[in-house]
Amino acid sequence: MSVLPERPEVPVSRRRELIAGLRALLPADVLLHESEDLHPYECDGLSCYRATPLAVALPHTVEQVQAVLRYCHARQVPVVARGSGTGLSGGALPLTDGVLLSLARLNSILDIDPVNRSARLQPGVRNLAISQAVAPLGLFYAPDPSSQIACSIGGNVAENAGGLHCLKYGLTTHNLLKLEVLTFEGERLTLGADALDAAGYDLLALMTGSEGLLAVVVEVTVKLIPLPETARVLLAAFDNVEAAGAAVGDVIAAGIVPGGLEMMDQLAIQAAEAFVHCGYPVGAAAMLLCELDGTAAEVEDGIARVEALLRARGATELRVSRNGAERAAFWAGRKAAFPATGRISPDYYCIDGTIPRRRLPQVLRRMQEFSEHYGQRVANVFHAGDGNLHPLILYDANRPGELERTEQMASDILKLCVDVGGSITGEHGVGIEKINAMCHQFSASELAQFHAVKQAFDPAGLLNPGKAVPTLHRCAEFGALHVHGGQLPHPDLPRF
Amino acid sequence: MAMSDADCTEALRARVNEAIEQATPLTLVGSGSKRFLGPRGGGMPLEVSGHRGVVHYAPEELVLTVRAGTPLAEVEALLAERGQMLAFEPPHFGPGATVGGTFAAGLSGPRRAAAGSARDFVLGMRFINGRGELLRVGGEVIKNVAGYDLARLMVGAFGTLGLILDVSLKVLPQPRAEMTVVHDIRGHAQAIGQLCGWAGKPLPITASCLESERLSLRLSGAESAVQQAAQQLGGEQATDGTGFWHDLREQRLVFFEDPRPLWRLSLPPATPSLMLAPIEDGLIEWSGAQRWLKTEAAAESVYAAARAAGGHATLYRNGEAAAERFQPLPPALLEIHKRLKAALDPSGIFNPGRLYKEF
Repeated sequence: MSVLPERPEVPVSRRRELIAGLRALLPADVLLHESEDLHPYECDGLSCYRATPLAVALPHTVEQVQAVLRYCHARQVPVVARGSGTGLSGGALPLTDGVLLSLARLNSILDIDPVNRSARLQPGVRNLAISQAVAPLGLFYAPDPSSQIACSIGGNVAENAGGLHCLKYGLTTHNLLKLEVLTFEGERLTLGADALDAAGYDLLALMTGSEGLLAVVVEVTVKLIPLPETARVLLAAFDNVEAAGAAVGDVIAAGIVPGGLEMMDQLAIQAAEAFVHCGYPVGAAAMLLCELDGTAAEVEDGIARVEALLRARGATELRVSRNGAERAAFWAGRKAAFPATGRISPDYYCIDGTIPRRRLPQVLRRMQEFSEHYGQRVANVFHAGDGNLHPLILYDANRPGELERTEQMASDILKLCVDVGGSITGEHGVGIEKINAMCHQFSASELAQFHAVKQAFDPAGLLNPGKAVPTLHRCAEFGALHVHGGQLPHPDLPRF
Repeated sequence: MAMSDADCTEALRARVNEAIEQATPLTLVGSGSKRFLGPRGGGMPLEVSGHRGVVHYAPEELVLTVRAGTPLAEVEALLAERGQMLAFEPPHFGPGATVGGTFAAGLSGPRRAAAGSARDFVLGMRFINGRGELLRVGGEVIKNVAGYDLARLMVGAFGTLGLILDVSLKVLPQPRAEMTVVHDIRGHAQAIGQLCGWAGKPLPITASCLESERLSLRLSGAESAVQQAAQQLGGEQATDGTGFWHDLREQRLVFFEDPRPLWRLSLPPATPSLMLAPIEDGLIEWSGAQRWLKTEAAAESVYAAARAAGGHATLYRNGEAAAERFQPLPPALLEIHKRLKAALDPSGIFNPGRLYKEF
């Protein structure tokens, strides 16, 4: 069943009228509506799904964002907000009858407050630019999604972005102080505060990860934390995946919280080594990278303890970075794992499930079975510390049937993640990509509750409709919804 | 005699459904230890404390799932056996404090500024909404972005959005070493500056308390890191650091023995004195971000001063019965609160008026 949102045709006369209306509100360079100008906005980082919006607005100011929202609200035109367009789940896929609202031009760092350890940012500020700006103060912004060179802080908030250091430093939701948002009606709300907590409901938490369905983020205040004095990384090879998985459990049970703890399987190791020549153990069945940060004495102490634990689990090779250059080299292969996989296969499909770590051997075994069943190879990279698995299914879109088989296999893997007590998405979001898988993770009552929450913020249901939360109708068609007595719950609620 | 573990999900759900049918609001009761905090609210008492027990604990994954009625003390003892802890160091405010009450009130203790708050450690929840439905949101994994984050929304909502059944939490290892050092200080304003300076450096400070002429700091981490920081920061080593932070957390220090209204101020850490009372009369935690103030000043003036400083105030203990206990919300935000309340609890069954009188 197609995940693409079904949207009504827009008659030519209405299209003309809407574009004229928006042009009257906005400076000429803020509105794109000629088809060749709309082209670059047809998709986000999930490029297999595309749609052309009615128009693209690229505001320079919050007032212009507000004007677009108010106009679209008055005319009942759907709006999809977009940051840098690096998202991997199609959350910023445009709607053919809607306006794509790009926040990329709102890209100023408004204020850095070293004493209160916070930075006030416009939503289009790039993730990495924050840490770069505050590094001279000995501070950094912790969440570091792999796209951090390009992705925007507004998009990070929408997706509750993670990264390599989540186990110790948390996700986006743990590193925010305050948001300024505009509702679809154009009302400005302040969520959170410059203090550590705020009065009333924790709307800051609710907004984070809401995938642009509740409101449009126009300003973000983030927490900054002190840069650790030092960091060292330990690379360990294992001749079986189970031992590597067990070693991760040992490290954590011993009271060590690594800054980063990553696992790669043989295919991922080999692809990375072939791409960046970082000296990875290509014969190993699995490899762990464990980074410890803190004071020099603390790190020294921790490295010794981790080494002993990994040896006890039968690590066949152990290396510890001696300086910054070696540390960077150890990480280079892991950080290049996705493009490296792109080199050994014409296409790959990235999955973002999470699982309780103790289920890893079982999940890997099942994935191997899926791989054989569908005839598609899988490379595994795993944020082992926090249970976030990124299997990369290798396929060739030019071979008939491979994409369909891959999608089916991805769906089986996500189902497996849910069945072992995990989730369909750890950090990439649901967007449109996993909209059907949501039917497996949540019951009808839970989905209905999500829709009711959206309605509290967006009664018209026109902010990024069709994403993140499937309609009960969709789930019923998808065949994954258990409906009792043939009746959908809450006939009183509107269904989007 | 200790009560035995039991899963009372269906019994609680039946009571909620009954309340919905009869349109009689409920007031959710754990041990009553947080009853002093916030407005009373109304409704027929519904005891949740029988729904208790640990559902699942995986120390090697840092994950714990526990029923709402479980006493906090039991959870802490269980974690301590495995060298782990609730890193947000929740205040109990009573011997029977439950897990449900702790998250409904969303309270965090001395370690909060360093480790994170109650909501930061929530991974998932099972709760009954105001339609009598059983919902599970989040999960038992550290990373999970499927669906709106209703689990964290429930934290600090004072039971107005639903009845919390089970909470899944991230737990952390206890620090291997801990030490408390005490400094004599001259002025609070200067000490706040010092605290903010330290907080911007990679120092293992996990709690701070500024009161009268003493600044107490807790250092936690590897033995080597604690020793090194103690040398760097100086001060005198306290004899019973553990006892001190415990008494601070439970508000058992002499400072709290006072009939005047006790205010909690949550402020940007470097905020200078709010001029409501001499700053030296207050008690300051969280490197300046949480301040306790004893003042007879009118509630409106405390709320206005806290808001002007970029934070908010709570009338924590004592004070006039008629006074607003929680910082009033701006109109647009209050409207969203009402709509959210209606989205989760359309007939207003849970804890009406327990957070704000408007819902």
